[in-house]
Amino acid sequence: MIVAERKPLDEIIGFIKDCKKILIVGCNECVTVCYAGGKKEVAILASALKMAFLKEGKELEVKEVTLERQCDQEYLEEIRDIVDEYDAIVSMACGVGVQFMAEKYQSIPVYPALNTLFMGGAEEMGVWSERCQGCGQCILGETAGICPITRCAKRLLNGPCGGSTQGHCEINKDVPCAWQLIIDRLKALRRLDDYDKLLSIKDWSTERSGGPRKIVREDLQQ
Amino acid sequence: MPCTGRVDVIHLMEAFQRGADGVYVVGCLEGECHYLTGNLRGKKRVLYTKQLLDEIGVGGERLEMYNIAASDGPRFSEVAREMDEKIRALGPSPIKTMLQKIHVDDLSIHV
Repeated sequence: MIVAERKPLDEIIGFIKDCKKILIVGCNECVTVCYAGGKKEVAILASALKMAFLKEGKELEVKEVTLERQCDQEYLEEIRDIVDEYDAIVSMACGVGVQFMAEKYQSIPVYPALNTLFMGGAEEMGVWSERCQGCGQCILGETAGICPITRCAKRLLNGPCGGSTQGHCEINKDVPCAWQLIIDRLKALRRLDDYDKLLSIKDWSTERSGGPRKIVREDLQQ
Repeated sequence: MPCTGRVDVIHLMEAFQRGADGVYVVGCLEGECHYLTGNLRGKKRVLYTKQLLDEIGVGGERLEMYNIAASDGPRFSEVAREMDEKIRALGPSPIKTMLQKIHVDDLSIHV
């Protein structure tokens, strides 16, 4: 899922300081799961902003809505009838949702309440870590399910560097060496012979550095 | 509430939003929670809310959590006195002050 965290409150307050009525829109998908922008977090942000304004002698009217997702037109459409009543929308979705919202409702400023960080998952309750960088050429089948593009600081494709020490990356002792993990997993799978096979030179054209990406499925277009 | 594990951040925020000068959450002694770890969850949420209250300028010191055995009446009243003294020393919450001012301003329109 996409993992994000809430921006500092003073930054959000800075966006809306001249507003009297705002619409805070949450998202029921990834940002709910990482406790950043779901219905609960919308309520907490609404309360915090109202109090911050009251403290300065101003009143802020806040409407709270949580959509199923903000990256699909059908769900964004649900707020069409109420959007014009507000001075601004504060979107608690990931960067994708904020952009879709801003594109759909162009007559009203849309501000992000979150900093979107990475594609990842929960290691345990309250701890999320990055697992995928969307390189577009998945090699997880060859690396025993561990991604060296994401988890190796140098994105090496054929084994660890000289900085790998006791299973940890030289950048930080808390970061495991991805290639150590891969070797250990290949051993457990009795596929250590695969380690000797060189991966073919990576086609980076499908990665973000080649420009923003798009998929078109003609079979699904209407 | 059946357990301080049911206390959520929004409950605490709403209390302050409605003008509470101070809020204290009282749970079972650590290690003696009827639901095992409810009071530990409550504690973490209280700590998170204290940070939020600091961020918005209301003051996290207006919110505290205490752990008291259900049968310990004397400690309960001691904590009540302690919290009361602390909040009196801090003075009224800035939110309450503004809510009162708005209410008076609204009233003056009708006079």
